[in-house]
Amino acid sequence: MAERLLEVKNLTTDFHTFRGRVRAVDGISFHLDKGEVLGIVGESGSGKSVANLSILRLIEQPGVVSSDGVLFKGRDLSGLDARSMLKIRGKEISMIFQDPMTSLNPLYTIGSQIEEMLLLHTDLDDKGRKARCAELLAMVGITNPEERLRSYPHQFSGGMRQRVVIAIALAADPCLIIADEPTTALDVTIQAQILRLMERLVSRAGASMILITHDLAVVSRMAHRIAVMYCGRIVETGPKRMVIKSPAHPYTRGLLGSIPRMSADQRRLDPITGMVPSLLDLPSGCAFSPRCPRSQPICERGVPPEIKLDGGRSVCCHFPQLENL
Amino acid sequence: MANILEVRNLVQHFDLTKGFLDRLRFENGLPKLVHRVAHAVNGISFDIREGEVFSLVGESGCGKSTAARTIIRLLEPKAGTIAYRGLDITKLARKEMIPLRREMQMIFQDPYASLNPRQRVRDIVMEPMLFHRKAKNRKEAAEKSLALLERVGLNPEQALRYPHQFSGGQRQRIGIARALAMEPRFIIADEPVSALDVSIQAQILNMLMDLKEEYQLSFLFIAHDLSVVKHISDSVGVMYLGSIVETGRKENIFRNPRHPYTRLLFSSAPTLDEEERCEPAELKGEIPSSINLPKGCAFCERCPMAVEICAQERPVLKEVEPGHSVSCHCMHGDPA
Repeated sequence: MAERLLEVKNLTTDFHTFRGRVRAVDGISFHLDKGEVLGIVGESGSGKSVANLSILRLIEQPGVVSSDGVLFKGRDLSGLDARSMLKIRGKEISMIFQDPMTSLNPLYTIGSQIEEMLLLHTDLDDKGRKARCAELLAMVGITNPEERLRSYPHQFSGGMRQRVVIAIALAADPCLIIADEPTTALDVTIQAQILRLMERLVSRAGASMILITHDLAVVSRMAHRIAVMYCGRIVETGPKRMVIKSPAHPYTRGLLGSIPRMSADQRRLDPITGMVPSLLDLPSGCAFSPRCPRSQPICERGVPPEIKLDGGRSVCCHFPQLENL
Repeated sequence: MANILEVRNLVQHFDLTKGFLDRLRFENGLPKLVHRVAHAVNGISFDIREGEVFSLVGESGCGKSTAARTIIRLLEPKAGTIAYRGLDITKLARKEMIPLRREMQMIFQDPYASLNPRQRVRDIVMEPMLFHRKAKNRKEAAEKSLALLERVGLNPEQALRYPHQFSGGQRQRIGIARALAMEPRFIIADEPVSALDVSIQAQILNMLMDLKEEYQLSFLFIAHDLSVVKHISDSVGVMYLGSIVETGRKENIFRNPRHPYTRLLFSSAPTLDEEERCEPAELKGEIPSSINLPKGCAFCERCPMAVEICAQERPVLKEVEPGHSVSCHCMHGDPA
């Protein structure tokens, strides 16, 4: 069995607002093995970004994070002091953000932004850092790296900026990379380039990755395992093929039915009715029950327990569907 | 079937220089005036048949939205002709456009920016009806707008709310109701679903298809998502750097893409079905700037099949099979 890298137990994130308590993440548990790519899928507002910010303890007031432990390499991150967290962020766990237009500082050169990472987390000397910066830029496929180090972010296109962000994320050889919608802001041809690059670099470095996205097609390309989130809970998780070929939760089925397929000629899509409820006013019981085609009275009464299925799958539903799509 | 829209050699460009000083450059110590022009649309031609959906697809910056805005004459075309139901509208005066604007409506991409935040939803839908005299008085307009809001799946009880009280998908429905208020024949939809979550996107796509049948609408559909385009269109035009590189019936283009760019675009699109996923050929580089257009084929710098002539001469659209044209010097599947 592969080595366990990250284990999140019963993570909950609340935001206390003037209009009441918003439970953005509601008791989620998941794990990640070494070298594994976990895809977290969900629509906007499902809590997938907040969950990962909570792991890195980047949630600020009025957010409150609680959990039964966030074990990273056996250490509990939830109990660490701020100083030790600084050593983990960037060095052990690094992040790639969605918007390459805003995640780089416009006032500093590309070179100094990569170098900052090396300065904080490695003991290379001045010359070594310069060389490593150029090496990193070359690795993410930017031509003329020595010259480009002196450029500012505005001189780069969106795809090139995202390459720089990836170079920064990889600079300190992290074991876990959390990529939050890394290609959402990019065009498809550039997206394909970036995904291929990330796939190659992550597997070469032997790192693990959590890929957060709303795009099931991107996840099905990159991930080994998929976790589907809805209203702050993980409703289904399992190996990629099984989740996509025979989803057990009606929400996963609905998501898959909403995507037009390139291979088939359909006249109509099969969408989920209604819309995502407000987190301030969640329905009682299963949060998906008002939109669910198979909803029964029991669904409105109690939150469904997690049911383990064969092949490492689990689903939170009173009436999981077991037949193939 | 008759064509509702015929576009021929449409050109749109923008002068980027702001004034005399901005144009002044020094070369070898001598002052010189230069013009910097962005060539957004470089002579595109296509037809849209009555009751059909024509999609323009391409990456950001390829000029698809500019083309749409030029066709409805929100921007003045620099050259070329636009014929709507046989009438040349290229040179029509503002006043003469007004009755046509009634028939040509637009749905915008961003449902957060395209609705007036200070107007109630009912008033948003009523306003065009009153302006274009589609309703005799405010009372009739209000009744009609409630019916329209109900038709697009909103609760009429919410008609007195403001746009910020609605979600993105609901706002897009309001935008659609506003377009339908004019009983249009032709709708330009500029990325109507790209800002929405997938489950909402599917609802809106289904609704657009239903409305198309119900009101016999024709669509110019702008999108970058290939699976959406495949789902909704009858004909497709693939744009790259202001030119249509390949156009034709949807079945032909998706079954047998011939232009190297179309092929790369198709193979880059992520797909759920593992069986049909082919590892895309590595596409080098990025879209060149539209300010300095390459002299030859716009795609030639990135093209894996480029030969000498590609850098010299711009290719023209050639018909490769009935209803399928490609603009390339050495396209895929050529016997030569």
